[in-house]
Parts: sequence; C-alpha cells; structure tokens
Amino acid sequence: MSDIDSRTASGKGPAGLPAGGDVNRGEELSQVRMVWRRFRRHRAAMVSLVFLGLITAFAFVGPFVWPWDHTVSRDILGNQPPSLQHPFGTTNQGNDVFAQTMRGTQQSLKVALTVAVLSTVIGSVWGAVAGYYRGRVDAIMMRVVDVFLIVPLIVAVAAINGNVRGGTTWYAVALIMCLFSWATIARVVRGVVLSLREQEFIEAARAVGARASRIIFRHLLPNAAGPIIVAATLLVAVAVLTEAALSFIGFGIQPPDISLGKMVEGSRTAAFTRPWLFYPPGILIVMICLTINFIGDGLRDALDPRQTMVRR
Amino acid sequence: MTTTEHMSDGPVPTAGHDVVLDVRDLSVTFSSEDGPLDAVRGVTYQVRRGEALGIVGESGSGKSVTSMAIMGLLPRTARVTGSARVLDQEVIGLGDAAISRIRGEKIAMIFQDPLTSLNPVYTIGYQIAEAVLTHRDVTKKQARERAVELLDKVGIPNPERRVDQYPHELSGGMRQRVVIAIAMANDPDVIIADEPTTALDVTVQAQVLEALEAARRETGAALVLITHDLGVVAGHVDRVAVMYAGRLVETGTVEDVFYRPRMPYALGLLGSVPRLDGGRHERLTPILGTPPSLLNLPRGCAFAPRCPMAQDICQEEVPELAEPADIGAPGAGEEDDPLRRHRSACHFSEQLAGVRPEDLFRPTSVDAEAPAEVLAAELGGTRPAGGAAGEAPEAEPGTGAGTPGGGSEVLLTATDLVKNFPIRSKGILRRKVGEVQAVSGISLELREHETLALVGESGCGKSTTARLLLQLIRRTSGDVRYMGRPLHDLSDAQMRPLRRDLQLVFQDPFASLDPRMTVSDTVAEPLQIHGRAKGARTRVKELLELVGLNPEHGSRYPHEFSGGQRQRIGIARALALNPKVLILDEPVSALDVSIQAGVINLLEDLQDELGLSYLFVSHDLSVVRHIADRVAVMYLGKIVETGTTDQLFSAPAHPYTQALISAIPLPDPVKERTRERIVVTGDVPSPADPPSGCRFRTRCPKFAGELSEAERVRCVEEPPDLLDRGTGHRDACHYSQVVELI
Repeated sequence: MSDIDSRTASGKGPAGLPAGGDVNRGEELSQVRMVWRRFRRHRAAMVSLVFLGLITAFAFVGPFVWPWDHTVSRDILGNQPPSLQHPFGTTNQGNDVFAQTMRGTQQSLKVALTVAVLSTVIGSVWGAVAGYYRGRVDAIMMRVVDVFLIVPLIVAVAAINGNVRGGTTWYAVALIMCLFSWATIARVVRGVVLSLREQEFIEAARAVGARASRIIFRHLLPNAAGPIIVAATLLVAVAVLTEAALSFIGFGIQPPDISLGKMVEGSRTAAFTRPWLFYPPGILIVMICLTINFIGDGLRDALDPRQTMVRR
Repeated sequence: MTTTEHMSDGPVPTAGHDVVLDVRDLSVTFSSEDGPLDAVRGVTYQVRRGEALGIVGESGSGKSVTSMAIMGLLPRTARVTGSARVLDQEVIGLGDAAISRIRGEKIAMIFQDPLTSLNPVYTIGYQIAEAVLTHRDVTKKQARERAVELLDKVGIPNPERRVDQYPHELSGGMRQRVVIAIAMANDPDVIIADEPTTALDVTVQAQVLEALEAARRETGAALVLITHDLGVVAGHVDRVAVMYAGRLVETGTVEDVFYRPRMPYALGLLGSVPRLDGGRHERLTPILGTPPSLLNLPRGCAFAPRCPMAQDICQEEVPELAEPADIGAPGAGEEDDPLRRHRSACHFSEQLAGVRPEDLFRPTSVDAEAPAEVLAAELGGTRPAGGAAGEAPEAEPGTGAGTPGGGSEVLLTATDLVKNFPIRSKGILRRKVGEVQAVSGISLELREHETLALVGESGCGKSTTARLLLQLIRRTSGDVRYMGRPLHDLSDAQMRPLRRDLQLVFQDPFASLDPRMTVSDTVAEPLQIHGRAKGARTRVKELLELVGLNPEHGSRYPHEFSGGQRQRIGIARALALNPKVLILDEPVSALDVSIQAGVINLLEDLQDELGLSYLFVSHDLSVVRHIADRVAVMYLGKIVETGTTDQLFSAPAHPYTQALISAIPLPDPVKERTRERIVVTGDVPSPADPPSGCRFRTRCPKFAGELSEAERVRCVEEPPDLLDRGTGHRDACHYSQVVELI
C-alpha cells in the first residue's frame, strides 16, 4: 500500500498536511465546534454520552476509591446478599461483586474499544483502497477479506487463545478479535467507496492533480463516515458480547482476572436464587452497547454538514 | 360557482362549453418542519378544447405542483384549496376512486422522465392496452389493436413488432412517445405534459413535440404544456402563463408575452436566454439573486427582491394579475376573447410598454441578491477588468487585444484520438465481448485565448474527449499535446505539474463539490496539492470575489448555496492555479436560464481578464453560438463539421449540423413557426456497433430523401473525411451542401 506511505512522505513536503492545516486552522476549529453543536442537539446521544462517562468513571476510577478489589479476600464473608458494605453482595469464594463489576467493566470496555477502533481503522483503509483502485487490486484485497470472513470468529479466537501463552490477557483477546472483525468493516467501506468514487467531486480532485492518498483520506473516507460509524458502533456491541461469550465458554479473560462475560458465566445458575450476582454485569453489558449505539447515531448526524436539524 | 375577483371585467364564465379545464384560485400548501410551504398560491386559468396553454417557470416555481394537484397526485400531507373543474366536474377533493375514473379518461398526464414512467416488466403493448381496458369495455384483442393504432399515430415505426417489446428495448424518445400514446388512449379532453422533452436530446425533442401535436390533433384535447424552455413554448402553444414563486405573474397570447412582456420577470427571462437568432456579442442580462424560498415569502410581490424597478409599494402589496391600464379595448377587427387578454401581475406594468430586457436589467456577471448590491460591487472596483487582471500575473497583456484564435499560439492539440471502452462478459472470466467506440479519431486544436466549442447529443463522445485531453481517461490511440509536449504517455506524477495549466469545470454543480468540505477548503485544495499553501487564505478570498461570490462565505458548506453559486465555486477551484486552459463540461446546462446567463457572462469576463482558452463542451447550440469562437460538431465519436461560429451557424454544410440547428426551438413565436426545418428521424445508433461508412447515414435526411441509389453506396461503404471547403470550414459529408437556416 504505497499510497499510504506516500501520504506520510508528503506530509513533510510543502504540499503536505501540516501546511494544509495552517491555511484553515481557524476554520477547522470552528468546524469542530459546529460538529459539537450539532451533536449536542441529539438528545439520546447526549444522555448516552453522560451514561457512558459514568460507566467509564465507575470502571476506571472506582477501583481506586472502593476498599475492596476483585480478588478473593479473607476479610469477606462468602455468599452474602447486598448490604451497605457490599452493594452487590459477595460470591461463594468471598469476592466483593461490586469490585468485580468495576474490574469486569474496565476489562470489557478496554477490549471493546480496542477492537472497535483498530478494526475500524484497518478495515476502513483496506476497504477504501480496494474500492478506489478497483480491478485486480480490489480482487486480491477482497479475497483476503473473504478468508477472514469465512472463519467463524468465536471458533478462531477460541482456538488461538487456548493455544497461545498469554492468550487470555485482555489485549491478546482484543487483538485476536480484531484480526477477525476488521473484514466486515472493509466490506462495508468498499461498497460505499465504489459508489462514491464515481461522483464528480472525486474526478474534480483528480483533475487538480490530487494523489490517491489524498483522495482516499480527504474525500472518500470523510464521505463514508456515516456507514463507517454505524459499523463501528455495531462492532463495539459485538465485541462486548463476543468477549462475554468467549469468557462464558472459557476462552476469554481467565481468573483471577475478570470480565463482565466471565461474571455472567460464573453466576448463570444464580440468576433466580441470587439475582444480585447475575444482573449487575448483565445490565452493564446492555448499557454499554446501547449508549455506544446512540452516540454513534449522534456522531453520524453531527458529522454530516447537510444535517441542519436533528430529528429527535 | 362564483367568479373570482381576478375577472373584474366579466367572468370567463361560461366561456362556454368548450372550456374543458377551469382552474380557479388553486393553492397548495405543504407542511414542512420549518412551517407551511406555499408551493402554489391562487392560480387561475382556463383552457379550451383543442387549445394549447404553456406554463413557463423556473425550477421551484410551482408549475408541476399545480398540475399534480389537478391530477390528484399530491401526497396527503399537501393541503389543496380552490377549485379545478374538468368538463364542469370538480376534481379537487375527490376521493381516490372517484378521481381515478377521471384520470386517464378525461385528463391525462405525461411526465418528464420516460425511463421511469413505464413499468419495465410489462410490454409496451400491455401497458397501452391496460390504459384502454381500465376505462373501456373492450376485449383484450380490441385493446391490443388500439395499442398498435396508437403507436402508429405517435410515429413509432413497425408498431406491430414494437407492441410486444419491453421498455428497455426502446430508446428514450420512443419511450416518451409510448407515454404519449398511453395518454391518448382514451381520447382525453385535457393532456397535461410536464416537461415532456427535458430529458431528451434536441433532435429527439423535435420528434416528441411532433408526436404531442399529433396527439392533440387526433384527440382534440386541450394541451397544458409545462416547461422551462421558452423556445418549446414559443412554437407549440397558443397562450402562455408565466409562473414565479407559486403565482401566475403574466398571461396572454404567445405573441403578447414574447414580444410585449409587461412583467419584469418575464422580461428578464427573455433577456437571459442566449438566442440562436440573436446578435452573437450581445451581453445576456441575468436576473439577479435566486427565487425566494417558499417558506417565508416576502410580504409584497415575490419578485421584488430581484426586480430592478421595485418601489416601496412592491414590498407591501401583492400585485393582482390584471390587464395593464394602457392596453385598450381590442380593435374593431379583433374579437374580444377574455381568455386571450394580456394580463400581468406588476404594479408598474404600464411603464413596461416597449421596454427591452437590457433597458431594465444589467448585463452583469456578479452574483448578488439584489440589484443594488451589483451596483455597489461594480462601483467598488473589485470587478472591473483592471482590478481583477492585476491579480493574475499570468494573463499576458497582449493577448486580450488579439482577435480570438487569429494566428495565436496553439495550446492544446489532439490528433486522431481514439477511445474504445471494452464491453466485458459477466462472470469470473470477464472476457472482452465488444467495444464501445466512444471517440473514433478526433483531431482538434485549441489556440490561445479562444473558445472552441464541442457540440453534440448525449453519447456522442464529447465528455469522453474532454477527459481524454486531461488524461483523466487513458486514450486507446492517437496523441494529445500541450504546447507541443505529448501528454498521452506521461505518468500521473509527470502529469501533475501540467494540471496547473489545464483545468476542468463540471456539469453538475451538486455532485462536483465534496459535500463534507467547506468552500474555502474546496477552493484551496489545488493550492495545497501544488505546494502553494502559503497565502492560500487570501488567494481563496480573491478567487471567490473574482467569480462574483461573497468572500465571507468561505466557511460555508456547498449545500448552503444555490446551483448557480455552486457552479461559481467550481469555477473558482478551477482558476485557483491560474490555468491557461479551462475545459468546461456542460457548465451551464444544469442551471435555470436566469441564473445561467450570469454564469455565461462570468465566463466571458474571466476569459477577457485572464486570457484563458476554453474548450466548451455542450449540447446547447444557442449557448455555444453565444460564447464560442470556433465550433466542432460531434456525432457518434467523430467530428462531422468544424468552422468558426459564424461560418457554422450561417452556412452549415453537414446534414447533421443542419438538423441540430433547426431542431433548436427559438424563443420567438413567429420565427419558430415559420422557419424551415430539417428533421432527422430515429435515434442515435449504439456506439458499440456504429453504422458502416458514414455514421450519420441511418438518420440522414439527405441519404433518405435526396440521394440516388448509386450515390448512397458511397455513404454506406466509404467513411467521409473531414475536408476543407475553403476558408477553414470543414465538414465530413460526401454530398455536403450549404443551407441557410437562421
């Protein structure tokens, strides 16, 4: 993918991006402000942003404040219902479920966001390059995509995680999930780019002498932002759920570490007898997926300059 | 029904039984998120049996909505008030079932796009028969016979064979004739044709208008012809109604409205059309500004903000559609027909007697919202030639004075340029199964400071040629040179520095700007690519000013601009690098006439100020005649005639050029009705399988009518060369003969 190299190369040249940024710094700042203004008008997205912020704070700041951590403690009485000391009760072994939920949320968020960001970046560029060049380049790149698409994610991740040392740390889980999920994004982006590249403004850019890298990064990808964001937000949800599923079948993050999926798995028999063990992680999984989806909606609308009004 | 106040002098009442469509005070309001949108405001008109009424207006003037309301085709969210009576039966407010009985039976409609108004999965015979069977008690066999008969009447050859074909097997012109046949199927009393020829080429347009005339003669129906094309109206209707912002602003006979307009808007519209029969170097007079948003219309006359003669009263009071006071009672010889009276909606229509467009409108190229702004802009010294030329050091002072094209340096040449696009089979192998011969051996040269126009119908390869010259498409064979330097085997990287000199302006102002980039970013992009980012901000402002836009609007996005303004942004982008050659691909064909004139003026000014050379690709001969120094006419990938504009228009030699010129409707009722016509039949053959010998012979009137069997052999066997007939006027016809048409 020489065009991407040429982009970094051109960045240093006189025609490159730093110079470009110089021209419109004032305007670009106001563009960011405009996007933010449009985003703020999207009520569901704003509410979701607040909730996601709270969840994130809970997951990352909480452990420093809360007296217990997610591991087994001798000071904790096993099998307690919720109390002031242990709001979500305790497990048989003597874990504080509240602390476990914090840690689990943290791990799940890390996995989900890593998967979403990495896969989206790789998949978007891959798909845009394939769609822009078409022909043989496209055929080869998309066959690679097909190879990754036909392998069932869960089976592949399970096979690799189970056989690689360190395969059950959160980043290993995330990277391996990435490997098998960028392909869907690439597919979506390629489709969008195929139709975008036929538009006259792409030809206009070519007529003024724009390089392929500029066309892809300045024209094609921004215009594909809508579908990319939708796919990325879906991916966050899928990643949280896949991680949960992997942990559930025993191939995800392993004890003593914990994730939301692992917690659900550990307490699946207690759903009716001790619901405080089962519902907090379950509800958090749902909350993360929902908020990210709404934020994606809002972001998609906010990034589209043609959107003058927000429908909600 | 009571008469309305518009008819102060005796109702049109009873103008008898022959009034078949009687529309009174029709208003349509759509509810939108931003409040009510008044698309049509109190439209009143009547049409008699056998009469043709033209409704003219620009996009968004409400002309289509009016007829959709009459047909009951508007969505439920639209609120329709007033009355429309078809043969004394009220149709506004009828239920769907009731109006369906009237639709197609008494009133029929022809839509703009023949590609989508036929159902692709049924044969055309079935679709015509369906129209017959819906309203009449006949057998299927009879209905089919009727279908064949109708196809014959609208001029479709071999109707017995065609009747079993599917829409995709027919060309656009044929399909539109099928639509006309469906409209005539039940001998309706009114036919409403909504832009019936806008999607078609001029030579096909002439055929379809002919079919429409035939339909009118055959059924004796009244015709309501809705169009934006003043030429089409001039030749085919008896009376005209001009619409603006949802109201009728002028009505009268074609002669009255075209020769003696009494409403500034109608006058402005006439002044902004480039004319095939007009003086070539006359400036066009655009109407400033853009049509108002129907959401919050001005309180008074809707045209007041754009009107050069607007006074205080115009802002306050909506003028009634009435006869100007100075038009007296009809003379003794004329019969007094209330329908044919000349009415206009202007407070000052009396002052407009004998006024010409250029008396009222300024031949400016600035894009301003109101006449006063133009004056300010022009006096401000930014526009006059001196100021702008100073900003462009590349413009050599000597070139402006030289006669266009006369002996100056040749910049861009193409020699025997060929482009074949492969047709590939479906499936994995994608074998090459044929070739579309888009461009087949074209030679051109573009000189310094001249405008060369490349003219032809859709699919003739003119846009492909433009892209071949810029190396946006790679040629199959032949060569392209810029100032003697071959371009055709340069790599993209080698081509890049040359792109500063060669720029392109696109047809579609909506698709050619990146919707996610601000105007400043768009115009600055070429500067960044070519390493001129320093000082780009000031340069962008300069450029926006140069193309007549407000330089403060740089941080806006393209969707906030109107079509004409967007086209100006596209021109600013093309000018950013001070190019020498501008290739303009149909730069004005997507714009309304009143806006188009301003852009044409701008292009002319820029050429003078910056010493640019234009390759002007267009299908519109009137615009070409106005702007070009030399013209090359293309047909099916070949140039059939070239010459200076005067030579080509005063003495066209190739039968195709003659046909093209005579197919352009003139916005002049008398000339349009009396001129000599050379009519071509049929449609352009497929470029994948062009005819042998002369490519035009399948449609050539000379081949069909004048030549003997022996002479024809030569046309079939030998492709004609582009030969000089003296004085540089060249044509590619074995039997060329000059004809005077204008």
